Formats: sequence, structure tokens, C-alpha cells
Amino acid sequence: MSDLEEFRAEVRAWLEDNCPEEMRQPLASDAEHVWGGRRWQFSSEAQRVWFERMVAKGWTAPAWPVEYGGGGMSAGEHDVFKAEMKRINARSPVSNFGFWMLGPALLKFGSEEQKREHLPEIARGEIRWCQGYSEPNAGSDLASLKTSAEIDGDHFVVNGRKIWTSYADRADKMFCLVRTDPDAKKQAGISFILLDMDTPGVSTRPIQLISGESPFCETFFDDVRVPRANLVGEMNQGWTIAKYLLTHERDNIGGEPPGLLKGRDLAQMALQAVGADDQGRLDDPMLRSDIARLEIDAMAFRALVEQTRAKAEAGEGVGARSAMLKYYGTELNKRRYNLMMDAMGGLGLEWESEQTGGGRYAREWLRSKGNSIEGGTSEIMLGIISSAVLELPKG
Amino acid sequence: MILDEEQQMLADLSERLFADKASVDTLRAIRGGSHGADYDTDLWQAMVESGLTGILVPEAHGGMDFGLVSAGLVARETGRRLALTPFLSTAVLGAIAIGRAGNAEQQKQWLGPIAEGALIVALAVDESGKHRPERIAARATAKGDAFVLGGEKTLVLDGPNADLFVVSALHDGKPALFAVDAADAGVTAEAVTSVDTRSMANVRFDNASAQRLDAEDDALDDVLNAGRAMLAMELVGLSRAVFERTLAYLSERKQFGMRIGAFQALQHRAAHLSVEIEISEAMAFQALAAFDAGVADASQQILAAKARAADTARLAAAEGVQMHGGMGMTDEFDIGFFMKRARLASELLGDANFCAERFARARGY
Repeated sequence: MSDLEEFRAEVRAWLEDNCPEEMRQPLASDAEHVWGGRRWQFSSEAQRVWFERMVAKGWTAPAWPVEYGGGGMSAGEHDVFKAEMKRINARSPVSNFGFWMLGPALLKFGSEEQKREHLPEIARGEIRWCQGYSEPNAGSDLASLKTSAEIDGDHFVVNGRKIWTSYADRADKMFCLVRTDPDAKKQAGISFILLDMDTPGVSTRPIQLISGESPFCETFFDDVRVPRANLVGEMNQGWTIAKYLLTHERDNIGGEPPGLLKGRDLAQMALQAVGADDQGRLDDPMLRSDIARLEIDAMAFRALVEQTRAKAEAGEGVGARSAMLKYYGTELNKRRYNLMMDAMGGLGLEWESEQTGGGRYAREWLRSKGNSIEGGTSEIMLGIISSAVLELPKG
Repeated sequence: MILDEEQQMLADLSERLFADKASVDTLRAIRGGSHGADYDTDLWQAMVESGLTGILVPEAHGGMDFGLVSAGLVARETGRRLALTPFLSTAVLGAIAIGRAGNAEQQKQWLGPIAEGALIVALAVDESGKHRPERIAARATAKGDAFVLGGEKTLVLDGPNADLFVVSALHDGKPALFAVDAADAGVTAEAVTSVDTRSMANVRFDNASAQRLDAEDDALDDVLNAGRAMLAMELVGLSRAVFERTLAYLSERKQFGMRIGAFQALQHRAAHLSVEIEISEAMAFQALAAFDAGVADASQQILAAKARAADTARLAAAEGVQMHGGMGMTDEFDIGFFMKRARLASELLGDANFCAERFARARGY
């Protein structure tokens, strides 16, 4: 048996023994996602047990080095691990922006001290991170951000305002882009800092979306003192880290559909809602056609995702592919939710009812509209493709 | 999927061969009647010499015995260079039909000559203007050890040059495949020049002598799927070529004192198109690999690939003409040839609507 196959057998046996049955089904809703953090409350015993066992194993961050609290898996082992998790539909035991974004950033740009301080905390699910990027006047044009950090002795003094901070009201810490040189060219005066949300002067206000939910906040900074040791990378070099992380974020957003449709077959949902004709075909030929085209595009999109992954693993540069995946994946997801609403008819119109779990169809449909805005709008992605891939002339 | 070493070598070989031998000038010469044949005989000869005509023929019959992924690499070049050859009809449809459905003797009789370039085969399936392979009126009746076949077929690609027809016909009310010698007195092929200068025919069979090709029940499905997969790759190659030309034009043409490629209205359309092309190519390769591996849903993947590649190619050609402005409407520019080729390749063996409908059916809705 090869080493990898031996590893697979070990992982499989351990997961069989340790993953509770309740944790082997897709999330029924986003509310079942385990975010972790100082104030986290598990909603079930199975959630807690699964979390604690995986933390003890270091498998919440399987590919991070062991000395930083990770699982120390090689790329090959990590693939095996993911496949084995997927095989039993195991849920992620805990995840938040610390795993997705800050971890990769610290591993690449952080000092040894920062890695030792923050990575194990993240891996143990003790700290829930949020991301402070966008500002009211710095959305697509992120580099024009104005939140300032002025040096005062051993501290930065931060003033300004962030917006679209995901779950800032529930996060423990934030990684944040701040302006440290107001006179430099806009990308050149930005730094990447870490701050605790409990620091005096930090306040948050949730923003209610068209879906009725409030996953995003505004965050205000009023003379917030942040130790200078919390600067990641070089002073005024934060844009490099931000760009690196935006690529990461795009990969996440362009992937599998979230929420209601995750792992569910749109055509089967439509068959249930609309019914079938005497030959078993969806009893609405126009909707059937739209669903077939969507499924074809989804199958083809997955082929591109797979191909991109295979190329990356083979060490080929995949360049601005992430912009392509982000653009197409999010547009596809919006189409998918539109079709779900077309199929659901009256059920999709309910906003507060028991049978729809509080209007989940309508709310998730509305929420999906943000997919092509957050993490870089579709128009920004098309711009990146035009310049970085197609090398079209600049205006 | 990504190409293995052997496939990458074949991709490089095909690219060089087509860059060398195939040109739009030949297409123009064929259209004008000055080439001396209605397909590119020089290119075909070069393909024979490189063994590409035997790409799907088993080694025992002198072929290379590669899979559809490899054949697709060649098909992509035929689309990219607007090459007019009987590659699809003979080296793919003919070789697979005889390889899958022919008995040992039939394979021996025809597969060797296909690999050697000594036999041109044409598939005669459709009987109406839209591809509906299950609608068959042609009939075969037993006569001694053999059969006689009667019926009319249309959209027969490379029909005017065929030495052998592979024909679908009913026998005892059930569809089956038959082989008919083009020289048989009961065969009349009426040449039809298509919009993209490909050689097509309407073929009439009137008590023509036929042999049955009957090794497998689902052989026709396999043949048609292989053909659709090749057309998907041809359409992908075509999309790439027309897009490259369009990008070059956007980067050089000036209006309002600037290069038109700097206008965001055009940039975003070009960027969108580039994504469509990447996705359709990834889908096509994945479908071909699925066919080669005998994956259960390979036929669904091929239907998806053909539907998508057809839509993409038609978008690429339409955007190509539009972005070339008035020049895109001229016969002098090559762009129009891509639009014509995309039209035909989309239609053959099932257009995007046909493929999407079959896809839905196969998925159970």
C-alpha cells in the first residue's frame, strides 16, 4: 500500500469513529454553520463533539504546519482528507475568515511571532475573524480607502469607517486595510493591520439587506489604539496582501452554491413543485428548457473549475482564472436562484411562514443577488479579464 | 482534465501540420472551383501521411488506436483553420461505426483502407432538415445473405466523395446500421454545396445492395455521440480562432482617436466571450475523456458539450462580425467564413436545442 493509501485508510477509520451522524448531512441552513469564537454557542451536542475532536486532531486547518496548530498535511494528503470528508458528507467543524483569509495571509506575509500568536487560536476555533476592507467611498475602487492609521509611539491610532464587514458584530478580531501614507499613490499608502474588536473606540452597526437578514455591518473607528506589532508585512505594503487575499476570496465565492440549493437538484425541486406530463417531463416546457441550459452551463463550469485545479496542482500558472471563475460562478448562481423562484411559484412568494422556514426561498434568492457584487463585482472581474488575460488597450 | 504527454505531442503535431498545410486560401480556391476537388486534397494527403486518418482505427488494422480526446485535438484544428477534409465523416464517424458495429470481416475490409486514406466514408442518418436520428423511413430487406436498402437521406457530409455509405434503416421495424457501396447502381448522390463550402449530398437508395453492421445495439448512439463530441471540439477551435482575430482587430483599429479595444463596452463583451470559450473547451475535453473512459454519464456530458460549444461559437462569430464593423461584412475578410462554419457545425448531428432537450430527458425531467 502506498503512503497515501495508508493515510486514506487511517483518515477513513478515524472519521468513521469520530464524526457524529448528525454532522454527516448538508447544512439545513446557514444558521447551522459553526463560526467559532469567544462568544460561540453550539446549537447541538453533536456540533460541539465534532468541533472538539477535530480541534484536538489539528484537522480544522489540515494543511497548516503542525507548529501553528494545523494538521501538517502535504498537498496530496490534504486532497485525500478532503475526499474522505466529502465521502461521508462531513460538515466543516468550524470555519470563518480566519481560516479562509487571514491564515493564508499570515502564512505568506506574517512574522514568526504573528504566526505563533494567531494561527493556533484560529485553528482551535477560539477567535472569530472579520475582514475590514470596503468603505462607503471605496467599494469597487477599494484602493481609494480613507480609514487612517497614524503612528503615535508604539501604536497606530485608527479613525474612519468600514462597510460590508461580514458579521463584524459577532467577530472577535478584524484584519483591516488602513491608510498609513496619505501622500503616496493610492495603492502605495495602504497597510494591513490586525485589531481586537473589543478595543475602545470600535463600534458596529448591522445593515439590513433586501433579504431581511443582516450578515453585514458598518464598523466605526474612533481614535482606536492598535499596537504597531499588529502590522502584517511591511509598512505601506498592505495592497500586496489585499490583492493576494482577494484572489482567495474569489475562489470561495465562485465555488459551490450556498444555502438552500447546496447539494440539491434544481430539476427535482421543479418536478415536485410544477409536476410532470404523461411522459415524465417537467410540465412547463419553457422552464424545462431554462433548467436544462442552466444545468449544462453548471456542468461545464465545474469542468473548468476541475481543469483549473488540475492545472494548479500540476504547477501550471492559472493567472487570472480566479476572476473568470468568480464572474461566471456568481452569475450562474443568480440564474439558479431565479429559476428556483420560477419553479416555486407561490411558495417562493412567502416571506414569513412555517412551511418555507420563514420565507427561505425568497430570502436566499434575494441574498444571491449580492454574489456578483461582493468580493469584486462582475464588472470589475470583466475589467480584470480584459487587462490581465486579453491585454486589451487601456482607456 | 489536462492532456497527458502523448496527447500533448499529438496536439503539437496537429497544430504544426494544420498551420503548415491548411489555409483559408484553399477554402477560397475550393469555393471558386479552382482547387480541382471539393475538399482540401493536399491537407488530406498530409493527414494520411501523419497517420491522422487512422487515429481511431485499432493497431491491428494499421491505425493508432487513440481515443476521442486525441481525435478531438485534430478536430479542434480543423475548426480553427476552417479546413475542408473528410476527417469527421471518415476518420471519426466511419471508423467508429465500422469499429463498433462491423464484424471481423467488415472491419478487415474497411478499417485498413480508412487508416491508409484509401476509403472515404459518409454517414447517412438524417431524412429531414433537422437532426432526428430516430425518425427513420428507410428500409432494408433481407435478400439471401445480404440486404437491399431503399430510402432517402439528407445532410450527408462528404457524400459526393464517399466510397462507402453507413446508413441507418429499419429492418423488421427496428433501426440498424448498414454499409452500402457508393458505386452500387442503386445509389444516387446529388451534391449540395453548403453555406460553408463543405461538400454535402442528398442520397437516394433504390434497391441498393447493403451489408448489415450489427455487432452492438447501441452502436448508432456511440457513433452519433462521437460525432457530436468532435463537432464540439471543432466549434471550440473555431471560437478560439475567430476570437483571436477579433482581439487583434480590437487592438489595432482606431476610432475617436483611440484603439477601440480600450472601450469598456467592447472590453466587457470580449471578456465575457473569453470566459464562455474557456468553459466550453473545458466541458468538451471532459466529455471526450468521459467517453474514452466509458463513464456512465458520458453521453450527457457530450450533449452538454455540443450544446454549449455551438452557442459559444455562434456568439464568437456574431461578436467577431459585429466588432469588425463593416469589414466583418465583407467577403474579403475571413471572419464571415467562421460564422458560416459555426452555423453548419452547430446544426450537424443535433443543434443546441436538440442537445439540451436530450440532456434534460437523460437527466429525468
